Amino acid sequence: MAKFIYNPSLEVNDITVTYNNGHTAIYDASFSLSAGTICALVGVNGSGKSTLFKSIMGFVKPVKGSVTLSGMPVLTALKQNIVSYVPQAEDVDWNFPVLVEDVVMMGRFGHMNFMRIPKKKDKLAVRDALEKVGMTEYSRRQIGELSGGQKKRVFLARSIAQEGQIILLDEPFTGVDVQTELAIMKLLKQMRDEGRLMLVATHNLGSIPDFCDHTVMLNRTILDAGKTADVFTPENLEKTFGGVLRHFTLGGDELHDDDDTRSVRVITDDERPLVLYGNKTQKSAAAKKSSTANKPDADAKITTSKAEAK
Amino acid sequence: MDELLLPFQYDYMNKAIFAATFIGAVCAMLSSYLMLKGWSLIGDALSHSIVPGVAAAYMIGAPYVFGAFFSGLLASASMGFIKAKTKLREDAIIGLIFTSFFALGLFMVSLSPTSVNVKNIVLGNILGVSDEDIFQMVLIAGISFFILIFTWKDLMVTFFDESHAKTIGINTKFLTILFFTLLSACTIAALQTVGALLVIGLIVTPGATAYLLCDRFGQLMIVSTLIGSITCFFGAYISFFLDGATGGIIILLQTIVFIIAFIFAPKYGLVAAKRKIKQASELLRKTREGAV
Repeated sequence: MAKFIYNPSLEVNDITVTYNNGHTAIYDASFSLSAGTICALVGVNGSGKSTLFKSIMGFVKPVKGSVTLSGMPVLTALKQNIVSYVPQAEDVDWNFPVLVEDVVMMGRFGHMNFMRIPKKKDKLAVRDALEKVGMTEYSRRQIGELSGGQKKRVFLARSIAQEGQIILLDEPFTGVDVQTELAIMKLLKQMRDEGRLMLVATHNLGSIPDFCDHTVMLNRTILDAGKTADVFTPENLEKTFGGVLRHFTLGGDELHDDDDTRSVRVITDDERPLVLYGNKTQKSAAAKKSSTANKPDADAKITTSKAEAK
Repeated sequence: MDELLLPFQYDYMNKAIFAATFIGAVCAMLSSYLMLKGWSLIGDALSHSIVPGVAAAYMIGAPYVFGAFFSGLLASASMGFIKAKTKLREDAIIGLIFTSFFALGLFMVSLSPTSVNVKNIVLGNILGVSDEDIFQMVLIAGISFFILIFTWKDLMVTFFDESHAKTIGINTKFLTILFFTLLSACTIAALQTVGALLVIGLIVTPGATAYLLCDRFGQLMIVSTLIGSITCFFGAYISFFLDGATGGIIILLQTIVFIIAFIFAPKYGLVAAKRKIKQASELLRKTREGAV
């Protein structure tokens, strides 16, 4: 989307955030992302994911270091309306008396005057955004009447209507079925191809290689950051999660009689397990879902399936 | 017929009806937010905590608004202090503080029964309010109304999704403080209409009723305001004939409206729920028959 005035970028420059109670939530954290990226933010609960989000949105001020959004300091960037936030489902009051189109219209508030009276272009933007996420026919519904996936799409539409260039998504896949998950991923990829920058906090490890080109591993500081293909390794995951991950190893003589010593490892944080075959990870073709786990024909593969053991 | 128009022939009645209607409308606007956020108890605490301030103001002959404001402030500060220093739950702290303040207020009133009419503070009596007090009420209601007209959408976003509000550059901290300031001011103003015991009704019931009728916040606010102003208008009007107890009449009228909405609301009422269940079972029966 060439209409962006600013070239989206996100730079976190050596930040340390200490709360008033003396707790240091993140220290010495640095990474940078550029336009047209979907970046996964991975870490255990309490690793500082939400603090990182808060410092990117300017809700907390780092005691050291700085955050730069599209080349601007946070507060300046917020005034330009380029940052948008897609909240976790639990953080939204679904009984609030607002219709789907009202929520999406809230994305336009930053573009309106102080009375927030929508103009024609605002109404058009809302209509387009709803169309893009496939929610047009639901626009007059009260938000509590939607399914989990539809709720997510409404808030994505709000980001689109806001013309957000840097979009922060908090656990976009919780409470969403596999079909919807795929639909949301497709939408995020589309938004990436338009040149937006998305940072996705997720526990859904299995889906990361499918749609995130970058990954940031967080445990109170940045453990590793870079292209998913380079960063998303078993070693790094172990470092990030310590002993918290559910870890299953299937392999060797338990699986087959030949002398192939490679094993299948299933690692899951919470939801979809990440399945490794061999010792290396590699981005799988998106089409190869579930069935590939049984095929030992490739050296290294990541494949995904919905967690059964929870 | 002439008899029904009788209240409007008295100047004091006209003023009282006007003031009650206006303050009722503004309180109803605020109620739209309050009941959504689960803050109704805070409103209750506030209305009881200002009683000692009002009593003190009457004793020394100061404008009651100042006294009320001061003791309201003191009450919120004490609540904040206890909350910070102990692990007591919020409802316990609210209960503790507001009864203490209310008790102090009653005690002060009993010390000086001539200067303060306890019935007026606790039960309210819009028909007996002095011109100065009417002026204060209308002024507060007017300013609050004006501010709400300009900020209602920003307040809505702030209370619906504070993170989003912040990312689009809304100063949510300022708006929250502004909201509570308006709430305190209007609670104080409404004190004289319905009394400290029933103010909570004005700042909860209209919004709660409108909630059963609307799916959009803007509509909810309009419906709530209509309910608030109409019930206050008729409450003050009827109390001319029944002599006093304005607060009781107003709140009872609001309760009646609530019950009607509760039963007959087109989407969320009891009747509608029954109809939906019936339709659903009908549909199920038809599809089964169709299948057979």
